Amino acid sequence: MTALAICGGRLVDPAAGVDTAKDILLRDGRVAEIVSPGKLKLNNGAGDIETLDAAGLIVAPGLIDMHVHLREPGQGYKETIATGTAAAAAGGFTAVAAMPNTTPVNDAPEITRWMQEPERGAVVRVFPIAAATRGSKGEAVNDYAALKSAGAVAVSDDGKPILKDSVMRETLVAAARAGLSVIQHAEDTRMTQGGSMNLGPAAFRLGLRGMPPEAESQIVERDIRLVADLHDPRAHLHVAHTSTATALAAVRQARRNGLRVTCEVAPHHFLLTEEHVGFYNTHAKMCPPLRSAADRDAMIEALLDGVVDAIATDHAPHATHEKEVEFENAPNGITGLETALGLALRWLHKEWKMPLGRVLSLLSAQPAALLGLKARGTLAVGSIADVVIFDPDAEWTFDARQSKSKSRNTPFDGWTMQGKVRWTVSEGRIVYSDRG
Amino acid sequence: MSPTATPVRRQLATPPVPASPFPYNSGSLLSVLDLSLDGLSQLLARATALENQDPLLRDRILAKRRVALLFYESSTRTRTSFELAAKGLGADTTLVSSLSSSIEKGESLKDTGLTLRALGTEAIILRHNSSGAPWLLEESTHLPVLNAGDGMHEHPTQALLDLRTILAHLRAGTGEVNAGTLAGVTVAIVGDILHSRVARSNMLLLPRLGARVLLCGPKELLPEQAAQMGPGIAIERDFDAALGQSQVIMMLRIQAERLAGLQLDLEDYKANYQLTGQRLAAHAPQALVLHPGPIIRGMEVTAGVADGPQSAILEQVRNGVAIRMAVVERALAADRQGGRA
Repeated sequence: MTALAICGGRLVDPAAGVDTAKDILLRDGRVAEIVSPGKLKLNNGAGDIETLDAAGLIVAPGLIDMHVHLREPGQGYKETIATGTAAAAAGGFTAVAAMPNTTPVNDAPEITRWMQEPERGAVVRVFPIAAATRGSKGEAVNDYAALKSAGAVAVSDDGKPILKDSVMRETLVAAARAGLSVIQHAEDTRMTQGGSMNLGPAAFRLGLRGMPPEAESQIVERDIRLVADLHDPRAHLHVAHTSTATALAAVRQARRNGLRVTCEVAPHHFLLTEEHVGFYNTHAKMCPPLRSAADRDAMIEALLDGVVDAIATDHAPHATHEKEVEFENAPNGITGLETALGLALRWLHKEWKMPLGRVLSLLSAQPAALLGLKARGTLAVGSIADVVIFDPDAEWTFDARQSKSKSRNTPFDGWTMQGKVRWTVSEGRIVYSDRG
Repeated sequence: MSPTATPVRRQLATPPVPASPFPYNSGSLLSVLDLSLDGLSQLLARATALENQDPLLRDRILAKRRVALLFYESSTRTRTSFELAAKGLGADTTLVSSLSSSIEKGESLKDTGLTLRALGTEAIILRHNSSGAPWLLEESTHLPVLNAGDGMHEHPTQALLDLRTILAHLRAGTGEVNAGTLAGVTVAIVGDILHSRVARSNMLLLPRLGARVLLCGPKELLPEQAAQMGPGIAIERDFDAALGQSQVIMMLRIQAERLAGLQLDLEDYKANYQLTGQRLAAHAPQALVLHPGPIIRGMEVTAGVADGPQSAILEQVRNGVAIRMAVVERALAADRQGGRA
């Protein structure tokens, strides 16, 4: 199949400022034509054209998740690149940026290339994020030019912070020179040792050691000072999985000061609070942890007023037996690829009235821009044929057992979602379909 | 540069916190909150009845029923009294401790629980160093699980035996308890509140009967959040002032095994928080002195106070057997009779 026509739908392409009924023709992995409904000439070219009936559906740029853990190389029992990208496709994502905390750590061009080889069986595009430092140990800065030419789209030691001032400064300088952003996992691990949830009344009540919000905000504030001191407009700091009001306030202020500081928020941090830990639900354990209601409300506020640059899931699969342990011994992280769109539409759009185009922009155009992905995050003619087609009105219940991911560690099992993905098209190929 | 958080302008609906599915088994005692006031009255009444019953009749109540004691931490009082309680009702008990079982080989709590269930165990008494472990075990086995102390979280039977001791001294002859039974009573809990499961269970239990709980200790061992644990809880950092307001003084041990790198000046601590005979005489000459044990004499209490006339420490231990008989009976009765509160 070299051509795919998507007819009868409503095209919402925030990057191009489009929100209207259009028919689209995809050919050879690109967007070939965008025309008024019924105006596609389907019989004038060579080869077959498959047509998707998108009547009543939204047609939008494929979603882009700039923060996932695909667990390969090394931890294929949790997830593989094949299963993780299958989950991505089911969630409407056509590109994911994979964090480097694999085994071994992705700190070398050969690993970066290995992750992108066809043998991995990815059904959507995988963009590796390379380790900022050797082995993500926070000591020696990697060769970013080499990693970039191998396909890395950013650098990060995610899972751990780049703690030392001198190393973080050097990372920002080297990444600016290579034209890559630095994605910081902002956690002062000297303050979070032994902690397994947010420090606060809930942690006290449950008898769990807490992780103070300052452990995040102080690293963000430190990083912003380092960026300011560089006086280099190429330097780009991106704050991963922002979870505290204070960290968001610091990002907001840095932007006012003209610095290139951006941030992402995960659905669980704009929906849940420390109270959702309930009685030691390890599916509500992640790092950074679920915070106070005031922090959660600040995430919503910052999404609505535009301080947040992207929604990223921090998809972090873990095997069932790893999560069925004492809370403090359970690994951090939850899956997120199949629930992000449904939750964003249910809450951000329907409940909190964020315009649909803005929700989709946070899930596609904006992360594409943050990672410098060319011709993605939009469906303008000539761009890559990454498309999600969904029914915006369909309500459905997420069943974790039906997940395409290898893992089931989600706090959103049984939750009502809004907006059902009908087709996901990656570079012109249908990689997920559900006509249910 | 210290940015301040932007005030939230909107009032928005947010996802509700789902209702707790616990306890799965109505015989479980995971938290003191698992007991209604009626259930509490019944339990206290059963403790007295069982204590007074002829041992030869009593041991038919749970004859040959199987109860496992699963202990991941060392224990003298709790383990022995649970074991005596279960045996006193005629049950067969087996002790599994982390240092002489497959737990040492890496078997998980879930698998250990499933193994015990497969062996015919009808209830598990669990002592564990991780907060929340009894919830995991109950969810995994659906057996009645009795929390014999989980990490820094709860120790419900200790709070129940403390309550029994307090009632015997301050409200002798009380039958059923209600929300006003301990009205006008202030209980000071003193020392290492942060790491104490005894403190948490008492903080949740005693105010439900109308008592006021006054927490006392240094900032490192008593964070401000403690007062938000529930109603009827306040903080008084001055020990003498706390003593002056209290009819019951519950002293806690400094839990060296849980300090996790916290540096504490012990001499300073003793100067401010040790309960001495002099202090007691000056500020609380009538108060009842409790301690869950183990006591470190010369640290949180002097030997004179521990052995003195105001001390009910050994009475607490005695009450442990009666309370635990009632708790074990409840666990297995619920299983057979389909749930008694």
